[in-house]
Amino acid sequence: MTVEIPKETWAGSVRTVTFGATASEGGTRTRSLTVGGQKTLPFLHFEHETPHPPLVAIEIKDHRPDDWSPLLLEAWGEAANDPVNWAKAAEAVGADVLVLALSLNGVDGQPTTPEAAVAATQAVLKASGLPLMVFGPGQPEIDNVLLVAVAEATKGERLVLGICEDKNYRTIVATAMANGHLITARSPMDVNLAKQLNILIKDMGLPLDRILMDPTTGALGYGIEYGYSVMERLRLAALQGDAMTQMPMVVTPGFEAWKTKEAKVGQDVPAAWGDWRERGIAWETLTAVTLIESGADIVVLRHPESVARLHQAIQSLMALPELA
Amino acid sequence: MALTGIQIYKLLPQTNCKDCGFPTCLAFAMKLAAKQVELSSCPHVNDAAKAQLAEASEPPVRLISVKSNGYDVQAGNEVVLFRHEKTFYHKPGVFLRVRDDESAEVIKAEITRAAGFQVNYVGRDLVLDGFAVEAVTGDVSKFTVVIAAVRDVTHRPIILMSHDPAHISAGLRLLDGEHPLIYGADANNWAAMGDLARQHGAALVVIADTLDGLTDLAEKLKDKGVNDLVLAPTTHHLGTALTLNTQIRRLALKKNFRPLGYPMMTLASHAPDPAYEAMLAAQAIAKYAGFIVLGHFQPEVVYPLLVLRENIYTDPQKPIQVKPGLYEINNPKADDPVLVTTNFSITYFSVANEVEGSGLPAWLLVTDAEGMSVLTAWAAGKFDAERIAKAVKEFGVAEKVSRKRIVIPGHVALLSGELEEELPGWEIRVGPREAVDIPAFMKQVLA
Repeated sequence: MTVEIPKETWAGSVRTVTFGATASEGGTRTRSLTVGGQKTLPFLHFEHETPHPPLVAIEIKDHRPDDWSPLLLEAWGEAANDPVNWAKAAEAVGADVLVLALSLNGVDGQPTTPEAAVAATQAVLKASGLPLMVFGPGQPEIDNVLLVAVAEATKGERLVLGICEDKNYRTIVATAMANGHLITARSPMDVNLAKQLNILIKDMGLPLDRILMDPTTGALGYGIEYGYSVMERLRLAALQGDAMTQMPMVVTPGFEAWKTKEAKVGQDVPAAWGDWRERGIAWETLTAVTLIESGADIVVLRHPESVARLHQAIQSLMALPELA
Repeated sequence: MALTGIQIYKLLPQTNCKDCGFPTCLAFAMKLAAKQVELSSCPHVNDAAKAQLAEASEPPVRLISVKSNGYDVQAGNEVVLFRHEKTFYHKPGVFLRVRDDESAEVIKAEITRAAGFQVNYVGRDLVLDGFAVEAVTGDVSKFTVVIAAVRDVTHRPIILMSHDPAHISAGLRLLDGEHPLIYGADANNWAAMGDLARQHGAALVVIADTLDGLTDLAEKLKDKGVNDLVLAPTTHHLGTALTLNTQIRRLALKKNFRPLGYPMMTLASHAPDPAYEAMLAAQAIAKYAGFIVLGHFQPEVVYPLLVLRENIYTDPQKPIQVKPGLYEINNPKADDPVLVTTNFSITYFSVANEVEGSGLPAWLLVTDAEGMSVLTAWAAGKFDAERIAKAVKEFGVAEKVSRKRIVIPGHVALLSGELEEELPGWEIRVGPREAVDIPAFMKQVLA
């Protein structure tokens, strides 16, 4: 007998968002990148083709971080000492996108200045042609000051500026609008809060094709189930036609996984935890794979080895299954 | 198809006798359709209707048990495609595969390591569920030697893996009295495998590479009287596995398609490399597998996989709560700070993780906020000065610390005045709003 495959037809689709501008588009990127456009749940090609694969981003810092897992610093080696070499190394291991995460303080312990933030961003833009996302240190007032300076100095590059939260979206959205950039909007693991922030940002006049959303996730063992289900619900809502949930999703499994004890710490842990290096990479990649299957369009990672594994998974998930 | 209220109504006596406790047969039928009452409440329904209704009320995914000496690994009885719609019920059994081309000594050493594996996650001990023995040499005696070697070490359930009925028959004889899982029945051997499964009361895995192939075999075996089946699409490819598992589970749940209404098995063991194997197993956990077979025992990979399984199978309507109490992080001493938070699992783990990661010792006072996060609990009146003060007394904080200083989350800064009244003699400090800022706060403000 022939089994009839049950197919869903959806009214809505994920928005298509393009970031990174090439020379002909007014920027300096080697290429631009597009995410979104799905008309079905992740990788169900039998219902509809997936126009754009999820992207793998690597997070780099403006200077060597003092709170990262030693495994990460060991993996990046000398390259992690400055953003230029780090950007090149990330590109060399196959990252699709770079995320420059600005530090709260400089190497001298003094607060990062707007000038330093701009210098780091411009150095990264020069070092690598990959499309770039720039995240502030995560403190609303400081993010505003640093990101406005960065946005103005890089006008036309179509960077993704982050992270907009309900407290500080106004300034970042305004500077993104004025300087031709995009933003990512982060809300704390809640479908309605995600929608609400998207509405507020849209109401300021930023075109919808310049908004990514970050519904926040937890690492494996630290709340991934909440992030996972919120993402599934957001994606289902998007497909059902809710325009304010149709932004492509970016999540930060690298940040989440590498702050867990399992990934970060190698000493004084139970022997049953096994090999530290492989455990850390597994923690990050399994978190990330689980999230791309619940709808992530961009996963921001930290370990170079994870890039190859995620690309292998994505390639396999994007291939049309051979179904007799 | 699951029957609608109207379809059920047509099978009822339609006398509106009220003996079931409902005013009309239609009202009773609607309740039946919603699975809120049992058919036995109607004393008048005839046997033909009973049989029809019983079949329609069978669970859309049959519950399958793999058993041995006190162990019982169950899969099936799932009712939703997405965990947020209700919950996923039966965690997939995770089995480690060994092959019969290894010596009994090597196998025993491997199984001893794997059977002894145990990690603790939020107070639960996570272990592997069982072992799979795969015939690769073609020599029945080697197969049984390896099965015996596994049984020398552990009593956990076994999956017998061979396409040859003679191998399976020998294995089943060796495991007499157990209910192992047989892998499996394919287009060539299904009749013989079906007989073996029935004779030994063992569940049987159906192997085919398409939905049509699986359906065809499942129907033939069902006709033969083999009721306990597991479906194994022959693929070790993430994309194909996702597609097939999704289609199978959709057919079972949305169309009540009986031939595919069984748990599924994913052979991650047959992936091209260990890293891919881990990703395939992770996908299988979230995407509908009932049994997962691993090919490599790597504790550093088994640990995150078992944690992922706990996470995905957590009931979304009942968030995990942490037991209220005074937790010690990084071996605190009497003069180390006391931080307060709620007993919502994510809140607790975020805070505990940050404090732990900072390397600085602290006491973490977890209050009973009925499993809510700081802001939610505060808004609901479950995290206020009175409750915090109560926890301080209940868990004897004053006896543990010499410095009477407690740090409350930044989100509830406005509780500090009230808390000073509730806890005379204590210094109340307002900490950061987000857990991620705790290490900096501890270093810069509390030091």
